Amino acid sequence: MTAETPVIEVKNLVTEFATRRGPFRAVDNVSFKLMPGKTLCLVGESGSGKSVTARSILQIVDPPGRIMSGQILLNRHMTRRGRSETADTLDLAALNPRSSAIRAIRGRDIAMIFQEPMSSLSPVHTIGNQIGEAIRLHENVSKAEARARTIELLRKVEIPNADKTIDRYPFEYSGGMRQRAMIAMALACNPGVLIADEPTTALDVTTQAEILSLIKKLQDDEGMAVLFITHDMGVVAEIADEVAVMRFGKLVEHGDTISIFENPQHDYTKMLLGSVKQLDRPAPRRLARRAEHPPGNTLLDVEGLKKTFFIDSGSFFRKGDELHAVNNVTLTLRSGENLGIVGESGSGKSTLGRCIMRVYDISGGAIRYTDRDGMTSDLATLPDRSLMAARRDLRMVFQDPFASLNPRMTVAQLIGEPLLVNGVLSGKALNDRVAELLGLVGLPATAMERYPHAFSGGQRQRIGIARAIALEPRIIIADEATSALDVSLRSQVLDLLLELQERLDLSFIFISHDIAVIRYFCDRVAVMYKGRIVEEGPTEEVCSRPVHPYTQSLLSAVPHPDPRMRGTRVRTRYREQA
Amino acid sequence: MLLAYVLKRLFWSIPFMFAVSLVAFALIQAPPGDFVTSLAATLAQSGDVVEQARLDALRERYGLDQPFLVQYWRWITGVLHGDFGQSFEWNQPVSDLIWERMGLSVVLAIATLLFTWAIAFPVGIYSAVKKYSIGDYIISAIGFIGLSIPNFLLGLVLMYIAVVHFGSDTSGLFSEQYQQAPWSWDKFIDLLKHLWIPVIILGTSSTASLIRIMRANLLDELHKPYVTTARAKGLSEWHLLVKYPVRLALNPFVSTIGWAFPQLVSGSVIISYVLSLPTAGPLLLQALLAQDMYLAGAFILLLCCLSVFGMIVSDILLAIIDPRIRYR
Repeated sequence: MTAETPVIEVKNLVTEFATRRGPFRAVDNVSFKLMPGKTLCLVGESGSGKSVTARSILQIVDPPGRIMSGQILLNRHMTRRGRSETADTLDLAALNPRSSAIRAIRGRDIAMIFQEPMSSLSPVHTIGNQIGEAIRLHENVSKAEARARTIELLRKVEIPNADKTIDRYPFEYSGGMRQRAMIAMALACNPGVLIADEPTTALDVTTQAEILSLIKKLQDDEGMAVLFITHDMGVVAEIADEVAVMRFGKLVEHGDTISIFENPQHDYTKMLLGSVKQLDRPAPRRLARRAEHPPGNTLLDVEGLKKTFFIDSGSFFRKGDELHAVNNVTLTLRSGENLGIVGESGSGKSTLGRCIMRVYDISGGAIRYTDRDGMTSDLATLPDRSLMAARRDLRMVFQDPFASLNPRMTVAQLIGEPLLVNGVLSGKALNDRVAELLGLVGLPATAMERYPHAFSGGQRQRIGIARAIALEPRIIIADEATSALDVSLRSQVLDLLLELQERLDLSFIFISHDIAVIRYFCDRVAVMYKGRIVEEGPTEEVCSRPVHPYTQSLLSAVPHPDPRMRGTRVRTRYREQA
Repeated sequence: MLLAYVLKRLFWSIPFMFAVSLVAFALIQAPPGDFVTSLAATLAQSGDVVEQARLDALRERYGLDQPFLVQYWRWITGVLHGDFGQSFEWNQPVSDLIWERMGLSVVLAIATLLFTWAIAFPVGIYSAVKKYSIGDYIISAIGFIGLSIPNFLLGLVLMYIAVVHFGSDTSGLFSEQYQQAPWSWDKFIDLLKHLWIPVIILGTSSTASLIRIMRANLLDELHKPYVTTARAKGLSEWHLLVKYPVRLALNPFVSTIGWAFPQLVSGSVIISYVLSLPTAGPLLLQALLAQDMYLAGAFILLLCCLSVFGMIVSDILLAIIDPRIRYR
């Protein structure tokens, strides 16, 4: 009987947010079970209600959110700490969110970890203080004992020098270490259930792989039930025993991992898996085009590019450190070609893009650009005034479609601005051109008079693209242009970029941390690590036969969206020789 | 780490103080003419004719004919030995004139600061936690009224109420019998009896603005992810509030020390006139009008010292409550 009894059983859960237009149902009649020792992955795109579902379990939905109906049954006798034969079942949905009864559950029976390891820890309290607090809240132990247990926990999550790092502050930890500390905090009271809300989304793939295997190992040791929330089908394939797919607050499909991946029933699940699988291979459209129009002459020739930042030491007498963000990078981009630059956070890939645009003054090297008339000039040494012409040919698309559009400008003003600033068009002609550009990126001309907030993330990115192509550029530098988008939108935006490439004869430098996206979109790829390019070559070749150990470790860490491949690959960790 | 930070701060304040003193001296020298000119003007008004030779002799005696830097050097070396020079107008050493008044100013400033915090801190927290409740609206309304009433008007109204309804003597900081008396416990009690009116008057607008600041800051912090984390740990709402968001919303509070000191001394001039308080403000104004440069200079220098000191104190407190500042 014990094997059949879930730890948590959610029945017909409804959570609503009161808004001025009446209640908004974020979670709509959701039911699922969490089994001890098993992982349930809750999958869905942004706004699907998966986070609210998780928070409803602990009754920590921010107001005005409220559980309206349904049951959340916690079988306390099934948790490891409370294991007994007598049934001890509690309905969490019936408890007052401020009651001591629910507080006794939070962190003790059910623990939670969150997406942003930086902002989810208090910046002004030490790690030890925050973890020790969780222990002392639920167990009657002395400060010294709590401290000893905290050190033990930090060791368990593989944080080096735990007895020293316990007194450090979160900002002294790296992103991966912070998430480890979060996990240690969640495990403080040996919970029976761990809820992980996108715990690896903000991390690099290599760090993600480490955190995932850590959670897995701890789960095996402790027999916890894990509710894992993610939008990444690769991660799902890697860790899930069961999958539940959410959309618009409803659970649309629910089943074991293999059957969901191989035999999805609901259209939405099919679409989700389809867009993931689509991204896992080169775009057919790109291959077809390259067969017809092989890349032409060299457009951009970057040689020995360097960018050094000086870090102020804070002292008047000591010289600051130097950071070689871009270190001796040599690249070429041919016309009609897509060059990918892949690397983890801090590898200098964004800095490289900005150096090529001359947003930053560069510290050394040459950026030779050949313009339409076949004239080659070195952008690295050009004075700002002469850069104007080159900047019309080189445009950028940014990562965050929310932050990169001025919220106080209409779409027409946003897209028209480069045309107006460069004195190309004005008045009626400008309006017509903006309408034409909107058509090119697949938006109706009626969008012109509206403000960015009226559009979704994907539509905003289209507006950003329309702005980039307004001056008929020849090179577009796309810096993580699809990273902030849901996976189903990613392939759409990439296809749009490929279509524009054909119509407008563009070349792309595509900066990303996402190998799948690079593989889909780019002809060649350069792998960046600590400011250097460690490997460069045709995308398929680099992806299938990586030469440099860093590339190998990067590729081995990428979760593969196929549950049957689970555990078949050996993950390697690249450590630079000192 | 913290000690190094404090020492560094203190070390840097020394050259900074010198620069400040130079500027202060330049400022009091800036108006056209000097004390002798205004003395001559005053004498001329009463019908006396002063010979040029006598004026020149006076200038020479006070060293007013020397170049700026020489005058500054003489003044600053004196100040370092505790000698602020001679007040032309009062014919007394400046140091005899200022200390008691400065002392009372500082007492008034600190009392006002404590009053401001004592009110603004809890009320600000309440206002943020119970956002858009009736209590919040009432507090906001009172706050805006407090911000918009001019200090001197509030002073007159309070004086009227105190005199008519409570029958208490409201002018000055002491009752008559204690005015010249040496310090004693009774005199201190008497001071407290008089202090509340200026404290309320001076504190009202800063209390109102601090409530707004606290409310806005706390509202920003209340929905940060780390609050959710703490809640998910099982912390009770009250402990959670005090330990996390309030702690982070505290920074602007501490920063107020820096600007509160000089503002209270210079901003209280009008109030001090209205309530005839024996604080530094009125004397400073008088000294400036009479171009009594050593007296004015001493006040300005001390005010600058107070601001620098206030800044150092608030910086050090900030470093204590926020480790991120310490390590930068």
